[in-house]
Amino acid sequence: MEVFIFYFFATILVVAAVCVVTMRNPVHSALFLVLAFFTASGIWMLLRAEFLAIALVLVYVGAVMVLFLFVVMMLDINLDRVREGFWTYLPLGATIGILIAVEMALAIAGPRSHIGSIPAPADPAANYSNTHELGLVLYTDYLYPFELAAVVLLVAMIAAIALTLRKRKDTKYQKPSDQVKASSTDRVRLVSMPVEKKEG
Amino acid sequence: MLSLSHFLVLGAILFSISVVGIFLNRKNVIILLMAIELMLLAVNINFIAFSYYLNDIAGQVFVFFILTVAAAESAIGLAILVVLFRSLSSINVEDMDGLKG
Repeated sequence: MEVFIFYFFATILVVAAVCVVTMRNPVHSALFLVLAFFTASGIWMLLRAEFLAIALVLVYVGAVMVLFLFVVMMLDINLDRVREGFWTYLPLGATIGILIAVEMALAIAGPRSHIGSIPAPADPAANYSNTHELGLVLYTDYLYPFELAAVVLLVAMIAAIALTLRKRKDTKYQKPSDQVKASSTDRVRLVSMPVEKKEG
Repeated sequence: MLSLSHFLVLGAILFSISVVGIFLNRKNVIILLMAIELMLLAVNINFIAFSYYLNDIAGQVFVFFILTVAAAESAIGLAILVVLFRSLSSINVEDMDGLKG
């Protein structure tokens, strides 16, 4: 049963990944990337990493991919110019990709590899909680890296806002402080000048 | 029965697909960013598979940090992309030759 689930999810994952890199429309690519992340979270469930599987769906599908879709739809992209060179690079790129995959697969699962003989651990006890275990090490052994990760997120947030914030020069702002400080002498200037008689 | 090599080969296939994606879409920055996300996903699958088969939760902690850094990376990358598009009106890599390198 587990083998069937694995191959089912793996097939969807590979097909979605191929679609991400070959789709003509970036919006379709982003949607297939959502599918890929969702399927990967299923595979992580199979590996009993429940917390990270949920975090992948929440963080990636919920936040990062929505950001991607937002940016893709906001930018007006000339598809023909962006796609040029796709078919000329396809044969070389596919050959190199297949070579890389075959080499890595031979190194991992080849006849001289012992990785496949590592036995799967026994099923955990019924009250085992992956989230509990992860939290236990995260807040003790990895406390400083954890806080550092929080700082990284804060810096990323500030950087993203600072990069995209802009003041428009053509809009006219009201400055409330200047308005409050204004007195009647700033507005009206009384000028005394000599009276001239009308001629004639 | 599933073994560790099943998951490692899946990660390898996913990684090579995203390498090919970087070859093919070398003009489109958005697809390049997506291919990088796919690569990180492949690496994360390897980490989690090792964490399960070696019975060591440290691998999952690393995946947690990789997710954090990847989220920060894509947020800043997309912000830079928006600023770039504002000044160039294009996301074609060939138009980004302002440094004349």
